Amino acid sequence: MTAVTDRVAPGDRYGVRDLLAEAAAGVGARPGRLLLTILGTVLGIASVVVTVGLAQTAAVQINQQFDAVAATQAVASAATSPGRDGQERALARLPWDAAERAERIAGVEAAALVSEVDLAGADVSAVPVHDPSAPRTSAPPVLAAGPHALEALQGRLQQGRWFDAGHDARGDRVAVLGADAARRLGVQRVDRQPSVFVGDRAYQVVGIVDDVARRTDLLGAVILPTGTARADLGLAAADELHLHVAIGSGPVVGEQLPLALDPNEPDTFTVGVPPTTSRVRDSVQADVSTIFLALGGVALLVGGVGIANVTLLSVLERVGEIGLRRALGATRRQIAAQFVVESVVIGLLGGLVGAALGVAVVVVVSAAQSWTPILELGMVGLAVLAGGGIGLLAGLYPALKAASVEPIAALRGGV
Amino acid sequence: MTVLDLLGAAEEVHDRAPVVELRGVTRQFPGDPPVHALHPTDLTVRAGEYLSVVGPSGSGKSTLLHLLGLLDSPTDGEYLLDGRPTSGAGERERAALRATRIGFVFQAFHLLPHRTVLENVLLATVYSGVPRAERRERAVAALERVGLAHRLDFLPTVLSGGERQRTAVARAVVARPAVLLADEPTGNLDSASSESVLALFDELHAEGLTLLVITHDDEVSARAQRRVRIADGRLQEIA
Repeated sequence: MTAVTDRVAPGDRYGVRDLLAEAAAGVGARPGRLLLTILGTVLGIASVVVTVGLAQTAAVQINQQFDAVAATQAVASAATSPGRDGQERALARLPWDAAERAERIAGVEAAALVSEVDLAGADVSAVPVHDPSAPRTSAPPVLAAGPHALEALQGRLQQGRWFDAGHDARGDRVAVLGADAARRLGVQRVDRQPSVFVGDRAYQVVGIVDDVARRTDLLGAVILPTGTARADLGLAAADELHLHVAIGSGPVVGEQLPLALDPNEPDTFTVGVPPTTSRVRDSVQADVSTIFLALGGVALLVGGVGIANVTLLSVLERVGEIGLRRALGATRRQIAAQFVVESVVIGLLGGLVGAALGVAVVVVVSAAQSWTPILELGMVGLAVLAGGGIGLLAGLYPALKAASVEPIAALRGGV
Repeated sequence: MTVLDLLGAAEEVHDRAPVVELRGVTRQFPGDPPVHALHPTDLTVRAGEYLSVVGPSGSGKSTLLHLLGLLDSPTDGEYLLDGRPTSGAGERERAALRATRIGFVFQAFHLLPHRTVLENVLLATVYSGVPRAERRERAVAALERVGLAHRLDFLPTVLSGGERQRTAVARAVVARPAVLLADEPTGNLDSASSESVLALFDELHAEGLTLLVITHDDEVSARAQRRVRIADGRLQEIA
């Protein structure tokens, strides 16, 4: 048809500008229906944005809580295996210099052994007198700890001091009391140099500890230096090595610590280290996101079906208009393009409103929980485009229907 | 306009090129037995002619209109529009011919209810390749021509029937077609509105537009310069 079309300048032919203008007019003709049409897409896009946004926000909040204690605490102990009689037996022994070995590893800020001491019936009291008429009380437990236990367990002294490496090496008879144990034993002040008696031996109380982040049983116990416990009470083996590590050094410490403790048999120790922050985030995101993303996907599907349904209905309603446009010289392709573009515009609108709604919900929920809302902006843009994509898919079949309308039949009815 | 002028005009017409020329055009609809909606027909409409086709319903009027408007294709024969054969034209060429060479006026007006009068007229310029800069100007001029300059921003739903049909006429002529095809243009109008539309047709004809009006109403057909009767798919010139 060169003869006719060549007379028209390319800029004056039916082009993208005309297509967009006609589609915009078609979309805007029924504002009320437009709202209903985009509702499904709005809800779907909003739920996806909320899901991802809250997962990202929550993951960071949870990490901040982890940072306080869990992300800096590690513990090592001898591996156990069930023996012939069914009892768990240790496969190895933590070396007595385990704390010194561990502190040489980069990332370990403090390390200390902590062990329970078997008193074999010996009594613990603040007075050495055996009063047969006094009621028997259960003795507070006795623990043995290293000189850096206060740092390793992030403890706080109420008064006095923690024993040092010298006390430990010499086996000095000094003790630190947990706050609860001090109350039970009637010790209130350390500046009067009180003593507690374990069995018949007197131990000078040098400090009272009233808070620890781990091993809270310390608060109810009498704590002796490990060297003293070995010399006086026959401590045979250390139970646990507690470490305070730098944030993020967990995996490295976990790898190196068993080798440092026993280069020949590193497998005989179990080490519990904090996971890296990214691993924490991944696991939290995976948990929170999956189910809500699935819900969002279903909502999006419903939204797409909604657009397809209404667009198809609109094609049937606008048969007269289609016939008129064909009579005015529109090709089938131009008709199809108009309905596809209308559907894409509806989808984009739904995506835009849904993304805005989703961001608003993330902000409001975060504000209510006093969280910092965190949301990737690229994700929001992507959500809007996803709405357009849904509109495109939903519009294809109605557009084909519109293109196949026969103008003769269409013109018999009214517009 | 005097009688002498009319005679002169009539003589001139015979020298002009035919705008519409049917050569043995036939339209059958498949069936058992096949329906002959239009028997082999010859018809020539020259530039500037005002022709009416009159006939009862079921006589093949609509089939003829659809063939002339390139909305349907003949089973046999050749249709020349502006001297060019159309039987080999594809879908896109036919659409382009409809956009540039043919203007339609329908009984049911077919105005888009959510667009203003001006936008409805502009719609025809979009598909026919009227230069972008001229579109608005020409649509306004067409509406002024049909006497609706004061209704540009009204919605068709608030117009009277006569005003709606005149809007449709403005839409049909805005792209300067070779021929205006009107299908029962007064079918939905009262007599006063009918008269205003028919007077408009007379004026457009006087200005040189080629008109082809299809109607069942003898009064409407009497306004035309040349009349053709159609019955049972056969055309017959009324002297």
